[in-house]
Amino acid sequence: MSPRKAYMTELAELDELVSLMANKTSEAIELAVRSFERLDMQFVDKVERLDKELYDLNIDIEKRCLEIIALQSPVAKDLRAIGTYLKVITDFDRIGRYAKDIAEVTAHSVERSHFKPLVSIPHMANMAEEMVDLSVKAFLERDIAPTKQVFELEDKVDSLYDEIFREVITYMMEDSKKIGAGMNYTLVARYLERIGDHACNISERVIYMVTGERVVKE
Amino acid sequence: MEGKIVTERLNAFFGEVHAVKNVNMAIPANAITAIIGPSGCGKSTLIRCVNRMHEVVRGAKATGKVYLDGEDIYDPETDPVEVRRKVGMVFQKPNPFPTMTIYDNAVAGLRLNGEKDWSKLDGAAEDSLRLAALWDEVKDNLGASGVSISGGQQQRLCIARALAVQPEVLLLDEPCSALDPIATAKIEDLLFDLKDRYTIAIVTHNMQQAARIADFTAFMYLGELIEFGETKRLFENPEEELTEKYITGRFG
Repeated sequence: MSPRKAYMTELAELDELVSLMANKTSEAIELAVRSFERLDMQFVDKVERLDKELYDLNIDIEKRCLEIIALQSPVAKDLRAIGTYLKVITDFDRIGRYAKDIAEVTAHSVERSHFKPLVSIPHMANMAEEMVDLSVKAFLERDIAPTKQVFELEDKVDSLYDEIFREVITYMMEDSKKIGAGMNYTLVARYLERIGDHACNISERVIYMVTGERVVKE
Repeated sequence: MEGKIVTERLNAFFGEVHAVKNVNMAIPANAITAIIGPSGCGKSTLIRCVNRMHEVVRGAKATGKVYLDGEDIYDPETDPVEVRRKVGMVFQKPNPFPTMTIYDNAVAGLRLNGEKDWSKLDGAAEDSLRLAALWDEVKDNLGASGVSISGGQQQRLCIARALAVQPEVLLLDEPCSALDPIATAKIEDLLFDLKDRYTIAIVTHNMQQAARIADFTAFMYLGELIEFGETKRLFENPEEELTEKYITGRFG
């Protein structure tokens, strides 16, 4: 039996595209968080471009996955990889959309500086970013080791979100002029929390892809 | 091991060639078991050992045990003809007896066993042709030659012929490889319907066919049984590297 050359080439191309999408997702969230922290507009356009590219990749990869399923009948690790691609591209796309949302909050922010030095949000952003990076690393290297850390960070991100929410409400109650900015902080915190959830989904999928075991983070 | 058919340290030889090596396998009752593997891996030889067809080839012999319902079919007391009645077989190329009518083909096994009662023969012909999902297509034409019908119909006629003697096990050796996709789908549907009543083992080159119809799949390579398990598990997450390579087409 000869190896299936065309099929192998298609699988390799697909893997490259999903990897490209993963890397662009990491870049989008990093730039979005930086832009918000500094209320710096220079990355906003770039994040919006990345979001559009992620969307296009999502469509292209889905089409290729369905073609391979229809024409090549993938099984075993190939099937698990394609099932994983079909799921994680949605997560990457959603993360890209949240990055864009964070950039938009920056762009629409009336204030040109934060009303207090930001501590919790950058901390939360670092953790969400790390979760995405670790999930992407696990995915690219087909290694489940980083996923453990992703699940640990998820709990921290969730607690931090509750904390930020309470803290911001206190500021808003003290001073109604801070309501606009305060709303932005809660929005950004919410987006970061959702990004963390999607990173968890990716990690769960990577575990399935690599081991065949289905793991669901509680 | 539990199963309708259980092989224990089964070895099969053609002269010096060791075709099946130490196979321990349990084929469950009322289910379809597919045996897959590259050409020459011993899958056909394995099923031919299960109804003592292997030994009819000159120079061929088998060692080890094959149990049918717990009874060793290689026991010197066992009558191979009785084994073959209980364990029917259908081959790759449809092979109805060319000089016989459809009717005569269907009841050929019964006649060979001495059945002369026309009403019993008529009943068996209709029952077996219905079981093989062929009755409606041939009922007005039972006197036509067994080879005058299409390839797919001929193969179902062979299945009817095997079922007429009321076997418990049906072995099929690449039954669809000479058929088009529609005739193949008919055979697959038929096997799905038959599995409630029979134990079915099918040798196939077509992995998608195994994935579609089999409850259990065995993968053989160079005469050895590499992996046996539920089809869904084997095709989603095989345990053995060799199985993975074969089913994903990475054998070079």
